[in-house]
Amino acid sequence: METRQIGRPLTRNEDPRLLTGRALFVDDVELPGMLHAAFLRSPHARAAIRSIDTDAAKARAGVVAVITAEDLGEYWQPGPLLVPPPPIKGMVFRQRCQVPLAKGEVRHVGEPVVMVVAESRYVAEDAVGDIVVEYEPLPPVIGLEAALSSDSPRVHADLPDNIAADVHQAKGDYAAARAKAAHLIRRRFTYDRGASNPMETRGIVAQWDHKAEKLTVWDTTQAPVFIRNGLAAMLGLSERQVRVVAPFIGGGFGPKMMMFYPEEVLVPWMALRLDRPVKWIEDRLEHFTATTQERSQVHDCELALDARGKILGVRDDFLMDTGAYNPYGLTVPLNSQCTLLNCYDVPAYDSRFRAIYTNRTLVTPYRGAGRQHGIFVMERMLDAAARELGLDRAEIRRRNLIPADAFPYHNELIYQDFAPLTYDSGNYAPILDKALHAIGYAEFAAEKAKARAEGRHLGLGVVCYVEGTGIGPYEGAKVRVQASGKVTLATGVGTQGQGHFTSFAQVVAEQLGVDVRDVEVTTGDTDVFDWGAGTFASRGAVVTGSAAHGAAVEVRTKILKTAAEHFECAEADLVLADGAVSIAGVPENRITLGELARLANPMRGAVKPGTVPGLEATSYFGPQMGATAAGAHAMVIEIDAQTMRPTILRYVVVHDCGTVLNPLILSGQIQGGVAQGIGNAFFEELVWTDDGQLLNASLADYLLPTALDVPRMDVLHTETPSPLNPLGTKGAGEGGAIPVGALFAQAIEDALDLPARGIEVSEIPLSPSRLWEICNPSG
Amino acid sequence: MKPAPFDWHAPESVAEALALKARHGEDARFLAGGQSLVPAMNFRIAQPAVLVDLNRVAGLDAIAVGADGSLTIGAMARNAAIERHAGAVKSHPILAEALHEVAHPQVRNRGTLGGNLSHADPASEMPAVMLALAARFLIRSARGERQVAAAEFFLGPLTTALELDEMLAEIRLPPLPPRSGTAWLEIARRRGEYAMMGVAAVVTRDAAGICTAVRLACCSAGPTPMAAPKAAASLVGTKLTDADLAQAAALLKQEIAPTGSVQASPAYQRHLAGVIAARALATAWERAA
Ligand SMILES: Cc1cc2nc3c(=O)[nH]c(=O)nc-3n(C[C@H](O)[C@H](O)[C@H](O)COP(=O)(O)OP(=O)(O)OC[C@H]3O[C@@H](n4cnc5c(N)ncnc54)[C@H](O)[C@@H]3O)c2cc1C
Repeated sequence: METRQIGRPLTRNEDPRLLTGRALFVDDVELPGMLHAAFLRSPHARAAIRSIDTDAAKARAGVVAVITAEDLGEYWQPGPLLVPPPPIKGMVFRQRCQVPLAKGEVRHVGEPVVMVVAESRYVAEDAVGDIVVEYEPLPPVIGLEAALSSDSPRVHADLPDNIAADVHQAKGDYAAARAKAAHLIRRRFTYDRGASNPMETRGIVAQWDHKAEKLTVWDTTQAPVFIRNGLAAMLGLSERQVRVVAPFIGGGFGPKMMMFYPEEVLVPWMALRLDRPVKWIEDRLEHFTATTQERSQVHDCELALDARGKILGVRDDFLMDTGAYNPYGLTVPLNSQCTLLNCYDVPAYDSRFRAIYTNRTLVTPYRGAGRQHGIFVMERMLDAAARELGLDRAEIRRRNLIPADAFPYHNELIYQDFAPLTYDSGNYAPILDKALHAIGYAEFAAEKAKARAEGRHLGLGVVCYVEGTGIGPYEGAKVRVQASGKVTLATGVGTQGQGHFTSFAQVVAEQLGVDVRDVEVTTGDTDVFDWGAGTFASRGAVVTGSAAHGAAVEVRTKILKTAAEHFECAEADLVLADGAVSIAGVPENRITLGELARLANPMRGAVKPGTVPGLEATSYFGPQMGATAAGAHAMVIEIDAQTMRPTILRYVVVHDCGTVLNPLILSGQIQGGVAQGIGNAFFEELVWTDDGQLLNASLADYLLPTALDVPRMDVLHTETPSPLNPLGTKGAGEGGAIPVGALFAQAIEDALDLPARGIEVSEIPLSPSRLWEICNPSG
Repeated sequence: MKPAPFDWHAPESVAEALALKARHGEDARFLAGGQSLVPAMNFRIAQPAVLVDLNRVAGLDAIAVGADGSLTIGAMARNAAIERHAGAVKSHPILAEALHEVAHPQVRNRGTLGGNLSHADPASEMPAVMLALAARFLIRSARGERQVAAAEFFLGPLTTALELDEMLAEIRLPPLPPRSGTAWLEIARRRGEYAMMGVAAVVTRDAAGICTAVRLACCSAGPTPMAAPKAAASLVGTKLTDADLAQAAALLKQEIAPTGSVQASPAYQRHLAGVIAARALATAWERAA
C-alpha cells in the first residue's frame, strides 16, 4: 500500500452512496405524522400590510395551523447579525436583519408573510391561496444610484437614507501617486450577479420527541453548529436537547450559510408547538426570491501608472446592492474592496464603498463572494492601460506581479476575517507563464489572422486572480481508532459536495497508515461533533483539514505509545503501516490497530492516572489569518460576429492552492467553479422590473449553463505551500468562478476587435443581445 | 409548486373525449404530453378543474405518408416519433430539423405535435414550420369536424381558433413540389431552449435554376408565428444571389413584430431575423438543387 495519501487522485469515498441513491438528503426524511409547511410570500417589492384574513385558510380541511407575525408573540425577533463588521476607522454601518414573518411592511418580493401547516404540501398551498392580504403598494427602491438621491423612498423608514454601510480603506498615499503618474486611466464598470441555484433548494424538517425531550432538525445549512446553538437559545432549550443534522446537501455555494432564514426559525418552533414533525422544502419558485443572492456593484475606478506601465496607485469608489436586509455585514463588499488589488504590487490604494439597501432579495456571499467584482475591475483596468501604453496585455501584468521574494506581502487593509490583508505566500510569474504557454499565446496572433481570413472571429483572453481562503475562526476534528481497526473522523462543518469524506480521510490515513477507504467521516451532525463554524470561504480543506491532521498526529502518538508498551520496545523501533504496528525488521511481530484500540480500552486493570482511554484525540485549528491562493485563466473563443454567439474553443486554468490534497477533487472544484463563472459571465441574469418584480424566476428563463455549454478544460497546477498551516494547503472552492467575467470581456473584445472600434466591454453579464447592443449603439 | 385540485378523466375513444370536453367546457383541458400544461398547473397559472387525458385514446397518433408525398400526423404523435419517422423525414425534412431544436429528447418523448400547436406559444418552432409548409388542421368536436389552414389557426399568444369543445385531431401537410428545399434555422441561448429567433424557409426552383416559389415564417417574431410573404415574393424569379437575399432579409425584418424577452431585445431579434433568414434561404436553395 502507498504510504503517502495526501496528493493522491483518489475517487471519492462518498460516491457509491451518492450515485446509487443511498445518501440521505433533507427531503428523504419521512416521519410518521409529518406535516407540511407552505408560505404566503409578498408579491410586492415594497408595501404596507393593511390586513391579513386567514379565516378561510384555517377552515380548509387538512389545515393544522396558520401563523402571522402577530401570532409569534415574543418569538418574533429580527435575525442575528451573523458577521459583525471589522473595526475599520470612521466607517458607517447600519444593521437591519431579516424577520421571521413580515410585520407592517414587506420589503422584497418573496418575503414570507404567513405560514401555513397542513397534512400535505398540496393542501398547504391550497390554503395559501385562501388567505387575503390587503397591501398598500409603496414605491420601491430598486436602482443603486436612485437609492442615494435625497427624495428616494427608504427601505427602512427609521433610517435617514438607504445607506447600509459607508467604508473607506487606504494604503499608501494615492494623491501623491496620482501626482507623479505618467498615465491615468478612468473607467466605470457594472457587474451584476445571479443566484446560485444549487441543484437542491433549501429544506428543513423538525421533529420534537416529547419522550426524549429532544428536538431533531434536518437542515440544508452549511453551518449546523451555529443553527443548533441559535435554535436552542431561541426555543429556550438546552444545547443537548437540540440536534441539527446537515446530511448530504446538493450544493451550497454560500447562500445556505445564511442564518437564520425565516423558515429555519419557524419550522422547528411549529414542530414543538404542534408536537408533530414538520417539513418544508423550498420549491424553485420560492428559491428565486427567498434564498439570498449576490449582485449589482457599480465601480468608478482610476489607475495611476508610470511610463513603463508599473502601477503607482488605484482609486476606486463603488456602490453595492445589499438587498432589503444585511445580516451578513460587510463580507461581500470587503471581499470586492480587498480582492481588487489582485496579485499585483499596488503601492497606493484609496477605496470607498457604500452598501445600499434596496427592495430586492437579500445579498449574502455566493461562490466568489464579491471577489469577482474586484478582479473584474482590476483586470479590465489593466487591459485599458495596456492599450493606452501600447503594451502587450500579458506584459503589463507581468510587470506588476508581486515578486516571489516579497512574501508575506502586506496590503495594509483589513480583510473580511478582521485580519490584516496579507498574502502568506505566492509565486505568480510561473502561473502566468504556464497559462500563456498552455493556451498558445505566442502563436495566437497568427492563428487569429488565419481564421479571420476564413471569415471567423477568434479571440483570446488571459487574466490573473487571487482568492482569499482558509479564514478563521476555527474548526475541530475528533479521530478515533475503533476495535475493528477502522478509523472514524468527526467534524462540525457541513458538506455540500466538496469531497470531504475523501480529502479529510486522506489527511487522517496519511498519519495512521490505514486505507483511505477505512476512514469513516461524519460531518454536520451536532450529536457527533458540535464545535466549529461551517463550510464557507474556501476553508474546509485548510481549517478542518488542519484540525484533522492535528487529531491524527495525536492518535498516531497514542498508537505508537500503546504498541511500544505492548512490545516492550522503543517507539522509534516501530513501523505503523497497513493498519498495524510492527517492529522494524521483524514484520511477523505485528499488532493490528484494532487490537491496540482494545488494549487502550481495557476491561481489567486501570487506565493510568493522567492518561485517557482509547486511541482517540480531538484537535482544533484556528489560522492566524487567511491563506491566499492564486491563478490564471486563459481561453480562446470564437464568436459569430453577426449573431454574437460565442463558442469556447480552448480553456486553461493554472491554479496554485499550495499543497494539493486530492488532485481529482481539486479539478472537480475548479471545473464546477468555471461552470458557474461561465453562467455568471454569459448566461445568468436576474431581470427585475422597475417596481421590483423578478421577471425570470424559473429555470426556463434564468439560464444555467448545461454540460454542452461548459468546455473541457486543461487544469494545471503550481504548488506554493502556505506557511500558515501544517498541511501547507490553501482553499480552492471559489477560484474557478472568480476570473471568468474578466476573461470573457477580454476575449470578446479581442475577437471582435472592439477597442479599435472605440468600444469596450465594461459590464457583466454579457448576453448576445446585450453584446449586440453594445456593438450597435444606434440599433 | 403543487397543482390545485382537479378531476382526471381518461377516455379511451375520441367520441368519449369530445363528449367530456363538451360537458365540462371552460373548466376542462385536454392533457396531451403534459410538457406545457403540467408546469403551468404546478405554477398555478392554469387551474383546470377537469383534465381530459388523451393518452389512452386509440388512433390519435398515426403518422402516414401519402402516395403523393403528403403527410398526415395524428395530434397525439409524440414529437420524438415524428422526428424519427423515416417517411416523414423524407417527405418533409424540415420537421425533423426543427423538432431537433424543440426542447430536449426527454421532453420530445412525451410532448405531442397536437399539444405543441394547440398550446400556440409564439416562441415555439412548429407553428412557424406549419405556416411555411401550408399545413391544414383537422378539428373535431361532438358537433362534427372542420378543417382550418395554419394561417387561420394561430390567433395570438396561447390563443387558437379552437372552440371550447374542439380538439385538434390531425395535421395535414401537402406534398413539397419537386426541386424544393427546406431549412430551419434558429438562434437560442442554449441547446433545446426556446429560440430568440427562428426561421423556416421553403424554396422551389425550376429546371433552369430560377426560383419559382418561397414560403418564409418565423417564431419569436410577434404574437403568433409570423409569415413573411413580401420577403418570399421578392425572391421569386431570382437566383437567390447575395444581393437578392439581402433584399429579402430587409423585407422580412419589416414584416415581423418581435416583442422582446428577458433574453433578447426587439432590435436584436429583428437583426437576428435578417441574419438567419438569409442563411436559411441559402441553405434551402442549396438543398433544392
Ligand atoms: C424543458 C422544456 C423545454 C421546452 N422547449 C421547447 C422549445 O424549445 N420549443 C417548443 O416549441 N416547445 C418547447 N417546450 C414545450 C413542449 O414542446 C411541449 O411539449 C409542447 O409545447 C406541448 O405539447 P404537449 O403534448 O406536452 O401538450 P400539453 O402540455 O399536454 O398541452 C398543451 C396545451 O394544449 C392543449 N391540448 C393538447 N392537446 C390538444 C389537442 N389535441 N387538442 C386541443 N388542445 C390540446 C392542452 O389542453 C394544453 O392547454 C418545452 C417544454 C419543456 C418542459
